[in-house]
Amino acid sequence: MPNYTFTLNGEKVTVDVEDSERLLWVLRDVLGVRGPKYGCGINVCKACTSHINGKAFNPCATPISALDEDDEITTIEGLAGSVGKDLHPMQEAWLDADVAQCGYCQPGQIMAAVATVNKAHAEGRSVTDADIDEIRNICRCGTYVRIREAIKAGAGKMG
Amino acid sequence: MSTHPETPSGLSVSGLAEHELGRRRFVGYLLAAATVTGAAQLGIGLGTPAAAVVPGVPQPADLYDLNDLLTDAARPTANLIQVVVDKDGTASFELPRAEVGQGITTSIAMLIAEELDLPLSKVNVTLSKARPELIWNQMTGGSNTIHAMYTPVRVAAAIARGALLDAAAIALAQPHDTLSVHEGVITAPGGASISYGELATSAAALVTKVVDVDLKPKSDFAVIGTPRRRKDALAAVTGTKQFAMDLDVPDALPAMVCRAPEHNGTVRSVRNQKDVEAMPGVTHVVTIPTGVAVRAGTFGQCINAVRALDVEWKPGSVSGRSDADVLEELRGIQRPMAVPNVEELLGTVTDVAGGLTVGLTGGLTAADVKTLDTDYIFYTRSGSPLETNCAVADVRADKATIWAGSKTPIVAAESIALELGLPPTAVTFNVMESGGSFGRKLFWDAALEAALISQKCQAPVRLMWHRADEPRQGRNHPMATSRVRTVWAGDNILSVEQQHTCTATDYRHGFGEILTSSAISLPAGVSNLGVSETIFVTSQQVPYDFGVTTQGLMETTSKAINSGAVRNVYSPDVRTALELTIDQVARKMRLSPVEFRLKYAKEDRLRRVIKQVAAAGSWGRSMPAGTAQGIAVHQEYKGYSACLVEIDCRPETVNRKVRHGVTGPRVTKVTFAIDCGEVINPKGVEAQMQGGIMDGIALALTASTHLEDGHYLEASWDNYFYTRQWNTPPDVRVFVMDPVTDIPGGAGEAGVAASFAAVACAYARATGTTPTSFPINHHDPIGFEVKSFVPPVPASPTDGLSHTY
Repeated sequence: MPNYTFTLNGEKVTVDVEDSERLLWVLRDVLGVRGPKYGCGINVCKACTSHINGKAFNPCATPISALDEDDEITTIEGLAGSVGKDLHPMQEAWLDADVAQCGYCQPGQIMAAVATVNKAHAEGRSVTDADIDEIRNICRCGTYVRIREAIKAGAGKMG
Repeated sequence: MSTHPETPSGLSVSGLAEHELGRRRFVGYLLAAATVTGAAQLGIGLGTPAAAVVPGVPQPADLYDLNDLLTDAARPTANLIQVVVDKDGTASFELPRAEVGQGITTSIAMLIAEELDLPLSKVNVTLSKARPELIWNQMTGGSNTIHAMYTPVRVAAAIARGALLDAAAIALAQPHDTLSVHEGVITAPGGASISYGELATSAAALVTKVVDVDLKPKSDFAVIGTPRRRKDALAAVTGTKQFAMDLDVPDALPAMVCRAPEHNGTVRSVRNQKDVEAMPGVTHVVTIPTGVAVRAGTFGQCINAVRALDVEWKPGSVSGRSDADVLEELRGIQRPMAVPNVEELLGTVTDVAGGLTVGLTGGLTAADVKTLDTDYIFYTRSGSPLETNCAVADVRADKATIWAGSKTPIVAAESIALELGLPPTAVTFNVMESGGSFGRKLFWDAALEAALISQKCQAPVRLMWHRADEPRQGRNHPMATSRVRTVWAGDNILSVEQQHTCTATDYRHGFGEILTSSAISLPAGVSNLGVSETIFVTSQQVPYDFGVTTQGLMETTSKAINSGAVRNVYSPDVRTALELTIDQVARKMRLSPVEFRLKYAKEDRLRRVIKQVAAAGSWGRSMPAGTAQGIAVHQEYKGYSACLVEIDCRPETVNRKVRHGVTGPRVTKVTFAIDCGEVINPKGVEAQMQGGIMDGIALALTASTHLEDGHYLEASWDNYFYTRQWNTPPDVRVFVMDPVTDIPGGAGEAGVAASFAAVACAYARATGTTPTSFPINHHDPIGFEVKSFVPPVPASPTDGLSHTY
């Protein structure tokens, strides 16, 4: 099996897996990084949402062979570190709004929220209800109302 | 606090009700232990059910509801629960219930923090593994946890506090009643102080004692009733909260099951076992009753192996059948309505009304008697949470260990032992926190599969269902019809009869045992009902004064369709059918939906929540054509709820496009009020109501499964359509009413029924057409490409990097 090297949460890692292995299973089953969750495996539920080079993507739909050596993958475990803090402002906003219920979807929700806000800010504008309506992540507990509150509050703190 | 020495062998489990000494004084135990340990019997603090004093004819659920049933089942059999204070000054408690997102670990910790005067952060609540000695008292269901645990947990904590105070009085050489406690530190008048941690060992009892204890009066509450964040929130937002699939059990490799194309199909033969065994990472391929299991190095390798398996299948349990066939079966077993229709009723009104002596007064004649018959269909839906069915199992020759979310771990462990051929004591069942349940965790489907696979492979496994397996082979909320006959004259409702008919609901998770145990204490006329009927009768109530009121249930006997008690069980469908009906009756009576409900509400607590949402939600405000308000109410779990929604059914909204998404009408505003009695954590109750609202929206508008030729078509969250952000109301307000009773009710399921009904009523008012089947889009053309049945799971896509943002 070939070796693949990439940066995971700020550290270089090398794994020895088949070309087609989806990154979700490289993270969860090979590297033991279990913040990204399985909810469908077909890029629908978005529970595994993580970042590649600062943009949201879904590891369940990304073969390891699609990664370059200089790609930087950030999972929920590395989100706070990516801004040099104990907690990312979006995580703080999540705590303030007490968003989580069962918690299973929340790592993916937070990673999606950060990317959605970053995208709006990069376009020189604030995040809108229409932006939030585009987030596809499933929350079967139905925490959507508090997610909306937290995204707006977190966006304010992200500057 | 006074104590009576007694040996552990003298701990009688009977007659505890007699030991309850007044309103807040209870008996518990100070256990012989290394550090101070207060204990209590489950079942204390719950008096006999209050007699209903309502005008009209009380229904069984008025007198004795499901909560009473579950609580009474626990009374004579439960063993002790224990609150332990450790040397580090923290308190810990192993909760014999399942945390599935409903927030009970936080609420229970709040009760302990209150009685112990400890900061909430110093209370650790974990989930107890299966404790067979608890018999019927380790089942999580019926939104019963807080109702059943409220007093016992407080008693155990208060006893521990008393022992700590006794020890402090000695240590500080000060009279007991001069000491004060704040955040786990006991202080004497002179300022000398000592912490719980320092006292934990000296306060421990050498022999177990029976102890009387007073609970804190409500006026002193500093924690109960205050909004608190979930204790596990930090773990959830940092990705460290551990679910079953996140455990590191040595050598527990991933496993998945290749399932039949048809619902409940079984394996005839595997044609390419050797080829699949030779695939990368695959360690085992074994056949189990529900399919062909593969064990491999990663779940990605499992998916590849499942897709590669060439299996000859036997037909399933509903082979060749479709929704229309199931509906026809339901129509075939429907009970005829008992109340005659209006033509037959003419001239015989007083006979029908029987002992109520409802007469026609005010100049009304028999010709003023009206009848309205309504009939609604509720299609099948999936109860699956986001975490698919999963379990870790390590089965050895003489013992087995299971790790899984479970609401019924005792009966799960016993059933698994039976299947494995092991004695029940050889199975250890560790209860994990679950990624949702909605009724799914009442069953142990995945735990049993994992155990069988582990036994056959002679190796530990981490078994997970694929998403596609969930709607296709998982447990569903049964398809139902609900018919209502309303008879009225002038503004008198003479009778309401509701006959609910559905495919069988599977209660084989031990509910039967509870019922058997409870049967002798049930009111006459309830004890001989079947399980489903008993659940129905003890959970359903018409919250209005409607003269002669009857509700009946008929279920098919076949278990051909995998089913279970999905969140709020019968109530969402039953209540929606009735609330839609009374809106039509109200219109004929020229009463607004709010006027009608206030006029006929049985109880002031119900009127209070109706008035709250009507005022806060601006009932009756002017709205554009194609949009409307709708209101509905519900009464269950010793609580009362009202929901007022606004919906937008204008074409530009209904036809808005979202890629692979269902749009349709959008609920734009929800105002919800809940009176669930004594509230432990208002923030938690608010969260549960918000979740119930999202469920209600899905049930009314978008969420169902389609049975076609023996297969359920749905295989993805873009097929089975639960509420998404673009369906979420931008404006949701939940009011948790100040309690008017000190009895806590249940909140976990309480939000669903009124929400579903309110959305349905609003839709009817906005469009001028009352829907007759739900969800309203069930008969639309299938809006997705149906995924293959062979192989039974789709390949994971490879274009993830084309969708970054």
